[in-house]
Amino acid sequence: MDEQIVQELIEIVGEKNVSTAQADKITHSYDATQEVHLPDVVVYAARVEDVSSIVKLANRWKIPVLPRGAGSGFTGGTLPVHGGIVLVLTRMDRILDIDTENLTAEVEPGVVTGELQRQVEKLGLFYPPDPASKEFSTLGGNVAECAGGPRCVKYGVTKDYVLGLEVVTPTGEIIRTGGKTLKNVVGYDLTKLFVGSEGTLGIVTKIILKLIPKPAAKKTMLVQFETIAGAAQAVSAIISAKIIPTTLEFLDAATIDCIRDVSTISLSADCKAILIIEVDGEAQLLDEQAEQILSIISPFGILDTRIAATDKESEEIWQVRRIVSPSLGKINPDKFNEDIVVPRSKVPDMICALEKISMDYDVPIVNFGHAGDGNIHVNVMVDLREHGMADKMIKVMDEVFAAAVNLRGSISGEHGIGTSKAKYMSMELGAETIGMMKKIKNVFDPNNILNPGKIFEDTSLQTAGK
Amino acid sequence: MSKNKRLQDFEKVIHECVKCGVCQVHCPTYQAEKKEGAVARGKIALAAALLEGQAGLEERLQEDISMCLMCGSCVDKCPKKVPTNEIVGAVRREITENQGLSRIGKTVSTLLGSKVLMKTLSKSGAVLSPLVLKKIPETSGLRLRFPLALMKDRTVPKIAYRNLFDRIPEYTEGDSDKPIIGFFAGCSITYAYPEIGEHMVAILKRMGYSVYLPRSQKCCGIPALSSGDGKLVEKLSEANVAAFADKDVQYIITACASCNGGIGEYYKTMKADYGDFTAKVIDFSVFLQQQGLFEQLAGMDKWPERVKVTYHDPCHLKTQGITKEPRQLLQALPNVDFVEMDHASSCCGLGGTFSVYHYDVSKAIGARKIPGLKESGASRIATGCPGCIMQLQDSINHAGLQVKAVHILDLLAQALGK
Ligand SMILES: Cc1cc2nc3c(=O)[nH]c(=O)nc-3n(C[C@H](O)[C@H](O)[C@H](O)COP(=O)(O)OP(=O)(O)OC[C@H]3O[C@@H](n4cnc5c(N)ncnc54)[C@H](O)[C@@H]3O)c2cc1C
Ligand code: SF4
Ligand code: SF4
Repeated sequence: MDEQIVQELIEIVGEKNVSTAQADKITHSYDATQEVHLPDVVVYAARVEDVSSIVKLANRWKIPVLPRGAGSGFTGGTLPVHGGIVLVLTRMDRILDIDTENLTAEVEPGVVTGELQRQVEKLGLFYPPDPASKEFSTLGGNVAECAGGPRCVKYGVTKDYVLGLEVVTPTGEIIRTGGKTLKNVVGYDLTKLFVGSEGTLGIVTKIILKLIPKPAAKKTMLVQFETIAGAAQAVSAIISAKIIPTTLEFLDAATIDCIRDVSTISLSADCKAILIIEVDGEAQLLDEQAEQILSIISPFGILDTRIAATDKESEEIWQVRRIVSPSLGKINPDKFNEDIVVPRSKVPDMICALEKISMDYDVPIVNFGHAGDGNIHVNVMVDLREHGMADKMIKVMDEVFAAAVNLRGSISGEHGIGTSKAKYMSMELGAETIGMMKKIKNVFDPNNILNPGKIFEDTSLQTAGK
Repeated sequence: MSKNKRLQDFEKVIHECVKCGVCQVHCPTYQAEKKEGAVARGKIALAAALLEGQAGLEERLQEDISMCLMCGSCVDKCPKKVPTNEIVGAVRREITENQGLSRIGKTVSTLLGSKVLMKTLSKSGAVLSPLVLKKIPETSGLRLRFPLALMKDRTVPKIAYRNLFDRIPEYTEGDSDKPIIGFFAGCSITYAYPEIGEHMVAILKRMGYSVYLPRSQKCCGIPALSSGDGKLVEKLSEANVAAFADKDVQYIITACASCNGGIGEYYKTMKADYGDFTAKVIDFSVFLQQQGLFEQLAGMDKWPERVKVTYHDPCHLKTQGITKEPRQLLQALPNVDFVEMDHASSCCGLGGTFSVYHYDVSKAIGARKIPGLKESGASRIATGCPGCIMQLQDSINHAGLQVKAVHILDLLAQALGK
């Protein structure tokens, strides 16, 4: 790294916010993908003007800039695959305004999702998007990845709540998109373009979010099924009865095997699938709704139904869902975790396809996720030390994604493309569509400064120099 | 062979970290600094680099590794249960032993070297009269924390002129049919808060137990552990295990959460035959619950004039899952109205010797307790650790609140009357 660049960075944000120490490079070289790419320099910024100056500097020196939030991304979005400046935004963490008249919130990008939720809930308001990482992921990261979670069945994902943004463009201009109003048709909807752009089109420095009134009450149910097919049919039946629960999570037999020993709720030996169903709204309507759901699903081979009567019991049910991820390692050391999504009615077909792939290739596949919106977390559990396993995995993943796309689904519901899934983009999108996206990237970022090497597989975009 | 685990012993668990980032939520230093080097995940990445023998790490690595209270909050919630606090301890010992890497050495371990310390201390005659000082053993963790007394703005307890050993006999005979309880008092109670120790003994006596307070007990070793002095930890552990071997004690009770974490939890991880000893170690609140004291208290008439009290979870109890017993005890007290507070379980910020070399961060962590405390409306914040009491009072004073930090045993003693 050119000493001159470091000097200029220091002039912008001060000495203690710039580091080229090896230890700092190491601690900013990874995210939840566990891949490692060292940056050339680590910078902490706290003001939009500084972000802008840093990006302009990067354009002058032709050096990549990688926006970084909590580093909890699952697809390598914040990894400096071509080196460069890791620009950390966790200290831009002020909630600037919670407007109880217009039901909006204005925040800096480093605010942690769960913290905003707690603050607005104190005022009787609600920010629904609930990625499982909400207690540590940042809203900037959520916007960049368009994060979603269990509640999205009913309430939608991050993009449904972003009203306006302040963004530093890849050439360093500070622009504002959208605003505080629910309606806005002035010019192109750049807000939507930035949401989900994975830090490749701009650095978000301020976010205006829509809030809704907090639901008065909720009711959580855990239902054990004899077969996965039964559970899948139950999901379809609920949706086609035009009932939209808040959440509709499912766990398959392999998942249940992983958690049976650690679950505080006893799970029957015959239980081959679980649905966790939650409804919310006015307290007096909930009992009726819950009963309706239970009667709709009753023909599908139910072993046991548990309805939480208190918050504590509801928490206990959710705990069953939360212990899933950490418990999977029991099967095999290496986990390939994908988050494909299919139209909701196709969930049973997708499950069948996955069972077939698992048999054909003789690899354990553990599935759980958000049945209500067709988003399935597919975890292929293998031991990469086994001879030939790595090659086999390439084929398995190809088949998993192909199956999703064939059902008119998508290769990622929440986690984004980043580096991990770039090579599968062409399975889902035609060359013209990808070409159009690249053109957009080029217009925004002629020097390919911002987060190069992400989303698009080939680096035919000029790679940023050092 | 060293009784402390070495960094190599953690190689496997270090690689179990899946880099999920969950620890950010629970790590007090990350919350204060919002910097990856301060969180468990970052420290584990550095420990891994150190194990691989990567070069060029010295300065910043030491800074990051120093940025840890060894509170264990991260371990509790880590899906892989990676013991970052123990790993940080091992790295610090590595640093202290390895002369090539001695920046922490400069900031922390040298506080151990009695010469330097004595020099600093001699300047502080006002706070510590040499007469009192003479009574505090060279190896005491309090000496490691003494520089606190020299820090500007710092609220510190007065060192008592008559320490616990001057006040309580080594052996107090109880009913003949009741067993002997060993009392591990620890430095803070022995020298700074002897009344807490007196309360402990009085309550045990009242319940009919014989109490053994061996004079040969030493510092638990937590401050030495935190500053990377493995040899001293070893020496202290040996002395403490030996100290209680002289009598047939049924339990070894503590009223200091840090000491409990030291002689109970840390000694368990050592490569030594300490199983019989550590199995006997018990926190006072757990012991009193097992003895049925809570029901007895709940049966007493509530006082007409009660104080509103909230509770702070000391990390060393919280991470062992001891969160209910202290609350139940407070709820049972006739002189207390118990209220919960927000952030009850967040760290106070003291952390072994952390506060000595990172007072600003320590203060920032402590300040996070204040809004919740204020909102609770309590006039006392009770806890089970004298270290926390000192730090909480410091944070309270900085915020200008009229709240007093007390030990649960202070309130219990008041309820039972002398
Ligand atoms: C245990 C666990 C559970 C998870 N569960 C879910 C889930 O249920 N649903 C879900 O959707 N995701 C989930 N994720 C993935 C991840 O938490 C989300 O993608 C999250 O939105 C990332 O936020 P972050 O702050 O960690 O961003 P980072 O990982 O730091 O960055 C992610 C991307 O956003 C970009 N970025 C960050 N900040 C900005 C900014 N201010 N402006 C522009 N670009 C920026 C980065 O460059 C990068 O491309 C989970 C992750 C983990 C580890
Ligand atoms: S919570 Fe545990 S596994 Fe996750 S990053 Fe932190 S230390 Fe690693
Ligand atoms: S032990 Fe405490 S301070 Fe250290 S990394 Fe873990 S949570 Fe953070």
